[in-house]
Amino acid sequence: MSVALPELFVLGMACLILVIDLFLTEKTRIVTYLLAQATLIGAAIASMAHQFGAPEIAFDGNFIRDGMGDTLKVFIYLSAFVVFLYSRSYLQARNLFKGEFYVLGLFGVLGMMVMVSAQSLLTLYLGLELLSLSLYALVAMNRDSTYASEAAMKYFVLGALASGMLLYGMSMIYGVTGSLVLSEISGQVATLGADDMVLVFGLVFTIVGIAFKLGAVPFHMWVPDVYQGSPTAVTVYIGTAPKIAAFAMVMRLLVDGLEGLHPHWQGMLVILVILSLAIGNITAIAQTNIKRMLAYSTIAHVGYLLLGVLSGTEAGYASSMFYTIVYALMSLGGFGMIMLLSRAGFEADKLEDFKGLNERSPWFAFMMLILMFSMAGVPVFLGFWAKLSVLSAVVDAGLVWLAAVAVVFSIIGAFYYLRVVKLMYFDKPVDNTPIEGDIDVRVMLSANSLAILGLGLFPGGLMGLCTRAMGL
Amino acid sequence: MSSELPLLSLVVWTPIIGGLLVLAIGSGKHVLEARVVSLLVALLTFAISIPLYVQFDPTSFQMQFVELHPWIERFNIHYHLGVDGISMPLILLTTFTTVLVVLAGWEVIQYKPAQYMAAFLIMEGLMNGVFAALDAMLFYVFWEALLIPMFVVIGIWGGPRRVYATIKFFLYTFLGSVFMLVSLIYMYFQADSFAILDFHTLKLGLTAQILIFIAFLLAFAVKVPMWPVHTWLPDAHVEAPTGGSVILAAIMLKLGAYGFLRFSLPITPDASRELDWLMIALSLIAVVYIGFVALVQKDMKKLVAYSSISHMGFVTLGFFIAFTIFENTGSWKGAAMGIEGGIVQMISHGFISGAMFLSIGVLYDRVHSREIAAYGGVTNTMPTFAAFAVLFAMANAGLPGTSGFVGEFMVILSAFKANFWFAFFAALTLIIGAAYTLWMVKRVFFGEVANDNVAKLKDINAREFIILGTLAVAVLFFGIYPAPLLDVMGVSVQHLLEHIAQSKL
Repeated sequence: MSVALPELFVLGMACLILVIDLFLTEKTRIVTYLLAQATLIGAAIASMAHQFGAPEIAFDGNFIRDGMGDTLKVFIYLSAFVVFLYSRSYLQARNLFKGEFYVLGLFGVLGMMVMVSAQSLLTLYLGLELLSLSLYALVAMNRDSTYASEAAMKYFVLGALASGMLLYGMSMIYGVTGSLVLSEISGQVATLGADDMVLVFGLVFTIVGIAFKLGAVPFHMWVPDVYQGSPTAVTVYIGTAPKIAAFAMVMRLLVDGLEGLHPHWQGMLVILVILSLAIGNITAIAQTNIKRMLAYSTIAHVGYLLLGVLSGTEAGYASSMFYTIVYALMSLGGFGMIMLLSRAGFEADKLEDFKGLNERSPWFAFMMLILMFSMAGVPVFLGFWAKLSVLSAVVDAGLVWLAAVAVVFSIIGAFYYLRVVKLMYFDKPVDNTPIEGDIDVRVMLSANSLAILGLGLFPGGLMGLCTRAMGL
Repeated sequence: MSSELPLLSLVVWTPIIGGLLVLAIGSGKHVLEARVVSLLVALLTFAISIPLYVQFDPTSFQMQFVELHPWIERFNIHYHLGVDGISMPLILLTTFTTVLVVLAGWEVIQYKPAQYMAAFLIMEGLMNGVFAALDAMLFYVFWEALLIPMFVVIGIWGGPRRVYATIKFFLYTFLGSVFMLVSLIYMYFQADSFAILDFHTLKLGLTAQILIFIAFLLAFAVKVPMWPVHTWLPDAHVEAPTGGSVILAAIMLKLGAYGFLRFSLPITPDASRELDWLMIALSLIAVVYIGFVALVQKDMKKLVAYSSISHMGFVTLGFFIAFTIFENTGSWKGAAMGIEGGIVQMISHGFISGAMFLSIGVLYDRVHSREIAAYGGVTNTMPTFAAFAVLFAMANAGLPGTSGFVGEFMVILSAFKANFWFAFFAALTLIIGAAYTLWMVKRVFFGEVANDNVAKLKDINAREFIILGTLAVAVLFFGIYPAPLLDVMGVSVQHLLEHIAQSKL
């Protein structure tokens, strides 16, 4: 039982908060918020207590607690914590400051934790659905917004379809190997060989499901609409922690379970990567809505993230993990900045809303500059080291040409990040409303951006954490 | 040989930290304080860089003032600094030029002066980092990070088309360098290290060498810039504020040429030998064709920008004729002159192009026009300034006695050893260069006073006199007595040639 202690803790607390929230009024709702944050901190302590111990397996081989899982979970809590912090005043200003946001958010976190620790197809699917259902509801939280309803509908329909695909693939794998437990599947794949037809079919459907959840092209259609339609507080939630969980899903399925099929899935991932890099980066140029632009940039980042996985080496997996964490940190800052600029009745989600930010607030313009250059992969910011790691993984795997393709698209990508910097620094402001925002948001946002700079100067620690988590 | 202080680290980090300090104090009304602090930081950095020259041991080709600390263990990346006779003069050029740039922006920049000064100081530190880095990844970090302050400088304080120019500048240079990144990663897996000196001794097959050479060429040719990837430069120069143009011309262009010496030639000597015809052809096209392009410019800054491209053609020509000279004469001694000439040309072009842009800045601050046609007879109203400007123009045209002559003469002389026609085309520049420079001088400075604007001009003030005077001294000093420069680089160049003489196949 102690293996799943953090999960049980979060589950218990989420239920408790749900009940407590019933007795709270508008004025005392802050208690819900504080309890949710306390839950995340408590879970982090529980997860860190055993970090890097020997892997432990529980529940008849369905559940695992290992270094990678614990590290990813800690970053999931961190992301959720920062999201809750950034979004408090945003939600209050829009009359969305309700207990549901935090309860659903915590259940989402629980789903992600289950995904991260899944050691069988069933556990994985359970976690995935718990996460997805929470997300569908969160997207629709702003009931009066037609955009949000449309986004939720689209997300739900396409998400259900993808889950169906994934289940179909899992059923084929189960049919061939006769097991749901990933370690047993892995053993069976080794005896069956990589060219078993049904197994490869199962792999194809599994990859479709994974690509959908990650938002890789050509299964990316939901990403821009959901990012744009959701309240920004929900967008930042979707854009950060679930990516970490999706990375864990990739690792559990493709590496823990189907590593024997590496020659097959490497080729499939190469196609996904190239398409994601191309469509993500090129389409982002045409956007005028910054949330939509960041959505396409996410798609491109997913392409980079998969570069490390497809190399099929331990170092490559570690580099992808590093990329995922770095991406989550940058994404938190980017959306956090949008929420900082927004106020009641003004979403600040147009690119023009960033015009002349250097005049209005040089400090936060500089913070955004750090985030943008980091996302573009310019040294010395953290994003560069993430790109370097995944590129070195593919070069090591002998795919120098793929690294060359990836850097070409990073140049195209640089253009739209530069455009944000251009708007902030070279254009005159359109409105001169002073930038307000609670002190906790301002401090956290500054810390978020400075971390991108500071960790960029000394990236060794975070890189080392990822390699250690992979057991290198 | 070396002192206790980590001089190179100080030269890199003093201006960066100073720049952040300026940013911090200058955000409110403390504009004057910000300017004074900037100047002090720039002067301090220059002072720190002087011992690099004084304590340098010119008899050794080894890297000096070396600092080596582990940085990122996962990739075996080190914080590894050191200079030889090639990079040390370039660091001095950087610290010297930055002082002038800070002075030149003193009262001219009224919009957010603290940010302006801070950007230049941070750039100075990063440029010193590029010249001092001995770890390829450290080099790359400095190299790329440099784009950010320059992007901001052109974009905020530039001319009317600044946004177009700065985005073009950024994307062009970014395009060039990402391929370098891929080849550095490739070599990392061969050498299991990012140390540049390990790359020098790394064995590589010819195909790999050619691909790596081309990747480097993209990075460095864009920076130099070589024809045909030069088109970002005139735009960036014209739109940049005076200080930006000076830094671009005096130092940034040298980064590319320095890259050829530190990376392309020693890491891929066989590919360099195979492809030297390409490099020579591109260099000669730059020298001759771009010279003609400069002739027809109506905008003074554009004219100087094109003349920079043409002069940088000499630098790359001097580097890459080495192989032909060796085949013709069988001796590496003759080849040394070409490379040394190229380096002298780099330093001298740093002074001269900086001086030219500062002179244009003097006129632009008063009349707010860069058009040649807007001037005429400036000598009548600004005699002191005209004397300086004519001197710099002569130096730009390569008049003997100025530093512009030394480098060009050495390169032409060694080009004769390679091939008569190389020398012939290179020497054409003496005519074309004189034509475009002197024709501009005639139209701007001589003749009758052209219009009311010119009639109202006031001669240069003490600040401008100090800036231009310092540069004039430098131009004349190295023109008459280039030995201090040649002495420091001699052994290092010799070592470089001995190194590239050996095939790595």
